[in-house]
Amino acid sequence: MTMRPLAAVAIAAALSIGAAACGGTTKNSSSNDSKAGAASSAKADPNAPLKKGLKVAFLPKQVNNPYETIVDNAGIAGAKEYGGEAKEVGPSDASASSQISYINTLIQQRMDAILIAANDPNAVCGPLKQAMSHKIKVVSYDSDASKDCRNVFINQASSEEIGRSEIKVISDLIGGKGKIAILSATANATNQNTWIGFMKDELKKPEYSGLQLVKVAYGDDDDQKSFQQTQGLLQAYPDLKGIIAPTTVGIAAAARYISGSKYKGKVAVSGLGTPNQMRKFVKDGTVGKFELWDPKNLGYLASYAAAALASGQITGAEGEKFKAGKLGERTIGKDGEVILGPPTVFDKSNIDNYNF
Amino acid sequence: MAPEAPAAEARPVQARAEAPRPLTRFIRWDVIVTALLIVVFAGGALGTSDFATSDNLAFALDDLSEIALIALPMTLLVVAAEVDLSVASVLGLCSALFGALWDAGWAIETIVPLLLVVGAVAGLVNGLLVTRLGLPSLAVTIGTLTLYRGLAYVVLGTKAVAQFPQNYADMATKTVPGTPIPYPFALFILLAIVTAIVLHATGLGRALFAIGAQEEAAFFAGIRVKRIKLLLFVVSGIVASFAGAVYTLRYGSARADNGLGLELAVIASVLLGGVDFDGGKGTLGGVVAGVLLIGLLRNLLMLRDVATEIQSIVTGLLLIVSVLTPRIAAKVRETRRHHRANPSASS
Repeated sequence: MTMRPLAAVAIAAALSIGAAACGGTTKNSSSNDSKAGAASSAKADPNAPLKKGLKVAFLPKQVNNPYETIVDNAGIAGAKEYGGEAKEVGPSDASASSQISYINTLIQQRMDAILIAANDPNAVCGPLKQAMSHKIKVVSYDSDASKDCRNVFINQASSEEIGRSEIKVISDLIGGKGKIAILSATANATNQNTWIGFMKDELKKPEYSGLQLVKVAYGDDDDQKSFQQTQGLLQAYPDLKGIIAPTTVGIAAAARYISGSKYKGKVAVSGLGTPNQMRKFVKDGTVGKFELWDPKNLGYLASYAAAALASGQITGAEGEKFKAGKLGERTIGKDGEVILGPPTVFDKSNIDNYNF
Repeated sequence: MAPEAPAAEARPVQARAEAPRPLTRFIRWDVIVTALLIVVFAGGALGTSDFATSDNLAFALDDLSEIALIALPMTLLVVAAEVDLSVASVLGLCSALFGALWDAGWAIETIVPLLLVVGAVAGLVNGLLVTRLGLPSLAVTIGTLTLYRGLAYVVLGTKAVAQFPQNYADMATKTVPGTPIPYPFALFILLAIVTAIVLHATGLGRALFAIGAQEEAAFFAGIRVKRIKLLLFVVSGIVASFAGAVYTLRYGSARADNGLGLELAVIASVLLGGVDFDGGKGTLGGVVAGVLLIGLLRNLLMLRDVATEIQSIVTGLLLIVSVLTPRIAAKVRETRRHHRANPSASS
């Protein structure tokens, strides 16, 4: 045995590269006719009754994640209301591919609808298309799959509503007057920048003329850095009245700094956070109120959307309407998106009703 | 054996050769695992109506593509008492590279051969560290597991590349016409036959068993231990890189975290197939049965809506039993032999 096999492999590989380099399938040459998917020819019948005994499955990013469990359980409860059979299945890790075998299994089990929080919008695409070709309706929630691989996406919140309502909350907390700062994630985070754009726009309204935005700081969604940035803000602007942190990492770090400093009670902290993370700061008064969408309503709405699709009330086209139980009538927007609605405000009075 | 073996030692050897096959010979794990596979399949076919359909079997087999392919060189490595834990990271690195080059406008026909070269180099690095520096492969490949995964993130970051051409995606997911066997799995069957011949019917195969059983003895018997090991690591890298291409096309998504943790599933299949982790023992048939058993069992449990925690527990227990049973069987055999050799010793 010598090095010859290795050399042979190397030569063979080099030759095939040389041969292939002359021409082949590239990104630009290959035509992607993957558009034929969601645009089904079926017609919606808005008056069709919800079918009984619909088999619906929730496939979260991973099971045993407290947030996803709340969403899915609310969806399963919703299915009980309309007489469906719902279940939650899913992988124990949130990796991109682990959901695929579950989708395949659900196809075999002939579900009427699959609801998925996609770990990777593209990786789940092939199997989801397969599901749709087996007449299974697909609803994505929480985290969307590619547009042509699902019928409807339940969007937890619109960027505009989040941005504008953040200003309202902080204004309420500081009495509509004073300097405020924003503690964001990274400087190029898409979500946060969109929200901040709407916040700035909202500040132009006359009712917020008493508020002065002095700085947008970036904590990079790193706990330590966000903590230091908060410290820095208060050194630079000792008369700061409020901080908006539209990121769960930022709001917790800001609250931790303020609650342990002499500014406690003088500087209001708000933003987007989860109740478990913020509970103690709400109870000690550092954070008056903060926002997030209600995960229960997310699961509930997704569940009803799945039932409406499977019963033929809607097909996922823009402008179609369906009734979502106690949430009332919803309309499908652009790209098959249904928006959950304004974010939920958490404060002392309701925070103990939530555990996620 | 020395030419002048003492008579006392020669006698039991002769006795063993003449004795009818003791029952324990049938307690070979690869036989048991094959039997288990048949039981699971039959049970699934009878008890779960959606199991033995060609659609479902095609899914289940396609799901196994990468694990099955990588398990082949892994079997050879483990038989030679080595292991390559970096395979899933090589897969991830090649997937990331695939995505980056495709995004940059390269042709697939150029990218895939290049990935194989990258895999060969990754394997070569493992092999050189093990054979030239004499480091244990467990330690070396834990290092390169992290290293190659890190490189994958350098190549593609946290983004994902999608939109691969349909004809290539079909090659990774469609079945051979008229069968429930997806193309990657068909390739696995071909390669498994080649590997089985190499392992069980050639001098190289015997050399691998010799190295795994007693490396020093193999060396003094004239086997080029280091060359062979180096070759095994290179082959392992190449197969892992090819699996990376299959994975990318199958999921239609190139990401740096693709195949995270896959190495454990591969090694689990190999051990479940009855290959001794200490080397020197094992059959390829056992590994093929092991791969299929893990895949079909998982599929069956999922169809029956068994929670994912329970699935892990079942697989874990099965693995422990697979490692324990051959050892217990060997113990039993040894005690019996001992009894037969020295009946007086027991009294």
